[in-house]
Amino acid sequence: MRVSADRDVCISAGNCVMAAGAVFDQDDDGIVVVLVDEVPESEEAHAREAVKLCPSEALRITD
Amino acid sequence: MRRDAFDPTPALREIRETDGVRTMVNSFGMTVYLVTRHEDIKAVLSDHERFSNGRPPGFVLPGAPQISEQEVASARAGNLLSLDPPEHQRLRRMLTAEFTIRRMRLLEPRIAEIVDGQLDLMEKTGPPVDLVETFALPIPSLVICELIGVPYDDRDDFQQRSARQLDLSIPIPDRLELQRQSRAYMGSLVERARRQPGEDILGMLVREHGDELTDDELIGIASLLLLAGHETTSNMLGLGTLALLRHPDQLAAVRDDPDAVGPAVEELLRWLSIVHSAIPRITTTDVEIAGVAIPAGELVFVSLPSGNRDPDFIDSAEVFDIRRGAPGHLAFGHGVHHCLGAPLARMEMRIAFPALLRRFPSLALAEDFADVPFRSFHFIYGLKSLEVTW
Repeated sequence: MRVSADRDVCISAGNCVMAAGAVFDQDDDGIVVVLVDEVPESEEAHAREAVKLCPSEALRITD
Repeated sequence: MRRDAFDPTPALREIRETDGVRTMVNSFGMTVYLVTRHEDIKAVLSDHERFSNGRPPGFVLPGAPQISEQEVASARAGNLLSLDPPEHQRLRRMLTAEFTIRRMRLLEPRIAEIVDGQLDLMEKTGPPVDLVETFALPIPSLVICELIGVPYDDRDDFQQRSARQLDLSIPIPDRLELQRQSRAYMGSLVERARRQPGEDILGMLVREHGDELTDDELIGIASLLLLAGHETTSNMLGLGTLALLRHPDQLAAVRDDPDAVGPAVEELLRWLSIVHSAIPRITTTDVEIAGVAIPAGELVFVSLPSGNRDPDFIDSAEVFDIRRGAPGHLAFGHGVHHCLGAPLARMEMRIAFPALLRRFPSLALAEDFADVPFRSFHFIYGLKSLEVTW
């Protein structure tokens, strides 16, 4: 599974870091950063949760 | 706005289960559309193009005094909640670095220190004490004052003002006057920060964005942060403690099990939903929600408590159960205006609730539940006071 993040749309709510801290982080300005190319299987549920929780719909599951 | 202790008024449930959206007359005598279902609320809040936070030129609330266009513009500057993208995003981006998860972790020891300080005071005073006055209000107030760069010694004035500005039982002209006083006060702090920027948010804004921001914008941003930092977390701490006292087994879990705290905070946010409605949106075009046609130029209210108690969103929605964690609740809103301070509010609550319950394991109400004064006719729900003993 892969995820992408639209940094222009991100509003820095931090929900993704809370839901899946191994997959998403925030840079110094609070904007989302995707930490991994491939989401490890053990983190897939968390990553899905993060995508669902994002209030600005900045996150996508790409494959 | 009415509630039955912790619960939203049954009328909301009736609308949610039948039409989903209904017209109502709000406290200003205006006809508004009330949206009650979780999915519809998300749809409204994530569509800032069709549901605008801005107000068309000439828009006035009935009963509001005539104000010059210039004063309207000045009062709106920097208020992120009255702006739409891209202007909204420009200002929000200047602040996001201050509210990252990492930044909150750095703040954690200082927040814990502030919490301990208030608990020491409570202990010294001895029971019974008003938990709102000694705990729920001072903690977020001290934290936000330090963050923004507002002298805590001025609190008597600005705490009064911020509570009364959102009190819907106070006539609009009086609330506008309070808003003017708040802005004048904040103006003096902005002027000082322009001369001598400190190590706080006002100082950061002056140093890093001083050329791009007008004084009105700086005043607007800081005023909003001060108001939002006070009126939200403090009511969650007061009302949340009461909710836990009424559910002793869940209170024990928050006190004794560190892993229970995070999910408990989310469930408290969902179940209590202290913000009755998101900032009313105005339709920019003809729209349809839940099959109801809404013409352009109408006011749309979304009921956050109703959305958070929607059984299509979460099972047994009326039940308070800290074990579920309630991911996806709407207590912080949704879309581009999702609460900027959410990570701070979460951190404050995650520290304050267990610290209070561990310091006073026998914490109990010192008055009858029926006598606890809930705060009605206020933009944000909560308690006027909460007498506790231990």
